Amino acid sequence: MNYLLGAFKPACNISITFSDGKNRKQVPMKKENGQTATVPLFHSQETISGKVCIEPYQGKKVEHNGVKVELLGQIEMYFDRGNFYDFTSLVRELDVPGEIYERKTYPFEFPTVEMPYETYNGVNVRLRYVLKVTIARGYAGSILEYQELVVRNYAPPPEINNSIKMEVGIEDCLHIEFEYNKSKYHLKDVILGKIYFLLVRIKMKNMDLEIRRRESTGAGANTHVETETLAKFELMDGTPVRGESIPVRLFLAPYDLTPTHRNINNKFSVKYYLNLVLVDEEDRRYFKQQEITLYRLKEDTSS
Amino acid sequence: MIADDDEKWLTAATAAVKQNAFYMQRAIDSNNLKDALKFSAQMLSELRTSKLAPHKYYELYIRAFNELGKLEIFFREETGRGCSIAELYELVQHAGNILPRLYLLCTIGSVYIKSKDVTATDILKDLVEMCRAVQHPLRGLFLRSYLTQVTRDKLPSIGSELEGDVDAHMNALEFVLQNFTEMNKLWVRMQHQGPSREKEKREKERNELRDLVGKNLHVLSQLDGVDLGIYRDTVLPRILEQVVNCKDELAQCYLMDCIIQVFPDDFHLQTLDVLLGACPQLQSSVDIKTVLSGLMERLSNYAASSVEALPNFLQVEAFSKFNYAIGKVVEAQVDLSASASVTLYLFLLKFTLHVYADRLDYVDQVLGSCVTQLSATGKLCDDKAAKQIITFLRAPLEKYNSVVTILKLTNYPRVMEYLDHETNKAMAIIIVQSILENSTHIATANEVDALFELTKSLIKDFDGIIDDEVDEEDFQEEQNSVARLVHMLYNDDPEEMYKIIFTVRKHILTGGPKRLPLTIPPLVFSALKLIRRVPSGDENPFGDDASATPKKILQLLNEAIEVLSDVSASDLALRLYLQCAQAANDCGLEAVAYEFFTKAYLLYEEEISDSKAQVTALHLIIGTLQRMRVFNVENRDTLTYKAQGYSTKLLKKPDQCRAVYECAHLFWADECENMKDGERVVLCLKRAQKIADAAQKMTTASRGTSSTGSVALYVELLNKYLYFLEKGNPQVTGDTIQSLAELIRSETKKVESGAGPFINSTLRYMEFQRQQDGGMSEKYQKIKMEWFE
Repeated sequence: MNYLLGAFKPACNISITFSDGKNRKQVPMKKENGQTATVPLFHSQETISGKVCIEPYQGKKVEHNGVKVELLGQIEMYFDRGNFYDFTSLVRELDVPGEIYERKTYPFEFPTVEMPYETYNGVNVRLRYVLKVTIARGYAGSILEYQELVVRNYAPPPEINNSIKMEVGIEDCLHIEFEYNKSKYHLKDVILGKIYFLLVRIKMKNMDLEIRRRESTGAGANTHVETETLAKFELMDGTPVRGESIPVRLFLAPYDLTPTHRNINNKFSVKYYLNLVLVDEEDRRYFKQQEITLYRLKEDTSS
Repeated sequence: MIADDDEKWLTAATAAVKQNAFYMQRAIDSNNLKDALKFSAQMLSELRTSKLAPHKYYELYIRAFNELGKLEIFFREETGRGCSIAELYELVQHAGNILPRLYLLCTIGSVYIKSKDVTATDILKDLVEMCRAVQHPLRGLFLRSYLTQVTRDKLPSIGSELEGDVDAHMNALEFVLQNFTEMNKLWVRMQHQGPSREKEKREKERNELRDLVGKNLHVLSQLDGVDLGIYRDTVLPRILEQVVNCKDELAQCYLMDCIIQVFPDDFHLQTLDVLLGACPQLQSSVDIKTVLSGLMERLSNYAASSVEALPNFLQVEAFSKFNYAIGKVVEAQVDLSASASVTLYLFLLKFTLHVYADRLDYVDQVLGSCVTQLSATGKLCDDKAAKQIITFLRAPLEKYNSVVTILKLTNYPRVMEYLDHETNKAMAIIIVQSILENSTHIATANEVDALFELTKSLIKDFDGIIDDEVDEEDFQEEQNSVARLVHMLYNDDPEEMYKIIFTVRKHILTGGPKRLPLTIPPLVFSALKLIRRVPSGDENPFGDDASATPKKILQLLNEAIEVLSDVSASDLALRLYLQCAQAANDCGLEAVAYEFFTKAYLLYEEEISDSKAQVTALHLIIGTLQRMRVFNVENRDTLTYKAQGYSTKLLKKPDQCRAVYECAHLFWADECENMKDGERVVLCLKRAQKIADAAQKMTTASRGTSSTGSVALYVELLNKYLYFLEKGNPQVTGDTIQSLAELIRSETKKVESGAGPFINSTLRYMEFQRQQDGGMSEKYQKIKMEWFE
């Protein structure tokens, strides 16, 4: 059996290392099988360089039609499984066709790569960056090795960042006015605000603030929209009286949020909403949803 | 049923708290911050329950509270280990549920303040603001109570190690005030939670929670640096604003009391108008009297405890402020019951008596205000109010222990007017009792007048009110008191005393037939006492009409007694006439004495019909007449003759006999030579003996046997003879006595007489006198009797 298995085993071990691998920040990333792996983090305009090391197994030789390394930016729709759309594809040829008998190392470098989109793992769509090493072989099939990497891009603080203020209500039943201090938040931001109760004629159980993510994929008639509630944060317990104002303070850090993505490569969008939900004693829900924009602010050096 | 459920829920929740507390402790022990937070939040989630009644919830809260103490220590250690407290402060706010989040926030907040990394002010502000998120009354109350609890020893104050500046201190004050306000709102709101049929139960439960709210006031009072200025300008107005605005009876009542109890006395004194100003604004159902009485009681004690405080009371015009405030309250609360308003005045009165004991005008003012109030309601009919009024009226009495002081209070009688008859009488009795107990000296006619005016319900019957149901014994008791009272009235100056008597008479005469027999005698005797002190009539050098002369007094008494005879108390009247006659005799007023006697005779003739009464009366007449020295011969003869006449007209022979031999004394006065008419004495005795004979015959005839009675009569007569013999009446001869003795002997021989001992002792006496030396034995030697041999 061992011998048989050996036949299907790749003839060599391929490893990809980054030149600044020791210093580079690693971030956890969920893999398809549900496990989490740590993956190096890159930003757009960075140079991706490193080495590809090919080490044939003992006593084997690898015959090939060439070795190359590619940097791919892919968008993968789950309902259209296996069909990747590469929006970025850079190639470096590492070796001319030949045979490899012993461990061989190839340096590579992609200087100042434009990686406009962030890595994203959604319900129906995935955007990923990957280094792909190909040892091209004829009939035996090529030997492939992937190295995922995560790309995060910082955005500058927005110049205009108005607060969200709105008055809503049900006639003669409930009138509230809410206010969130901004409309654009960075991922470690805190949402501050207030809910004013102008008229209260229903008995309330509680009031929650939800962060909802709306992911839409595809276009036109094939658009798929998936909404997830990422955070459910209780704001208030009990029924307030008229004139009461309830503070809002929601730290975004503990939640698994991404920046807002608008129409990424015409393939998908990810939007975030704050949903204010009032639940009355009969478990009826009254809610109002407001979009907020999330962005990734350049973090301090410490983090 | 519900209680069972309650118990079940509590047990379950407690178990969950315990379990999570255990895990939390384990996480703490292994320095696992994340788990510690997780399990503490889970533990605190149990407090989110709506199923427990307040006292059960309290149990649960206390459990959680104890656990949070451990967490607080852990947080402190954690910061010591280099964990940023700011981070922790953020971290706890990640909790998804509001209640655990806020409990944790308060816990870490208190550590934060202690760490001095930030200004306490910012944290306190943040905490109190964030706590708004819990609007559920019960849970909110407990949460804020927790906030109070964990921050109370960390509030910045002047001189504390935490930030010394004034701003921080004012902010701490602001913090407590705000927390108090919010708690009170929640507390008040509690009553509207749930169905209205359980309202009563809810109010009861709510009452159990009041101390949670009150604790804030306590914290305020403990806060260093809250001086009078701050209290007056900030603390009190803010508290009162909340109290007034919450428009809730329970809260207002409790909080007012709280304010009064927790803050120092001198603060109250200096801010009296503010505090009192709030009272009329309270809900009409609030038991203001309890509130005000609490305040007044406190201030009274304060005044009592420190002498230095008294000037302050005067300075701030505490009295007039109270008086004004109570007036306002009464005005504002239209449906205030009479008893409640009286109670208010009662407390004001007590306060006044305590603090301004020497200000009678204030006391009077209180009474006056009370009158004004009562005049609106009319006479008091309900028992409670009546009782209150009695206590009210009693207060000054007990304080001053002197009715004389009370009489100076012009409004006192006016208050009494509003009492119903029963109560009024009860009050009058109290007043009289007070005088008697304290031996109050009431010395002027004006006072007496006022006093009787005050106690008039005892003195006279009221129009249209018939005390049929009054217990006779009680009535006697009452009138006895009045009688004793009359005796208490005394003045050294006869003129004034005369006026007093005049006044007393004026009042007493209104008393009606039932009272007069009981009240006139003391008046008479009191007046007679006076007569002995005044110089006798005609010697009055001034000839002043108004001045007291015995004649005038007796004149007055004459009229008074006459009234008695009109109310069929002629027996009494007769005696009093005789007393007066004697007094007149002592003053040498013959005409007056004669007049009295005439009246007495008239009464005897016309009014006294009972034979026994006649006997007694007659003996009194004879006795008195015997002592009269003022009469001239003619007058005396007339009176004596009449008395003799009455004697012979008595119904029974023995009575006749006795009366007649008593008449003998009328002709013999030891100390007066011109009144020794031996002949008439013997005449009387002889006549008496004849009557005795007749009596003897009558009894022998009717019964066949001799009765002891008439033998006794003979012996009595014998004694009379002996008496006059001793006194030296020449007409009493040995023969007469001898024959009488013979008669007695023959009579006793006939029958065995019960009068034996009497006879024997008489005989022994005679024997004894005979053997004495001196004149007496000489007189007795004249009697020659076989018996003696």
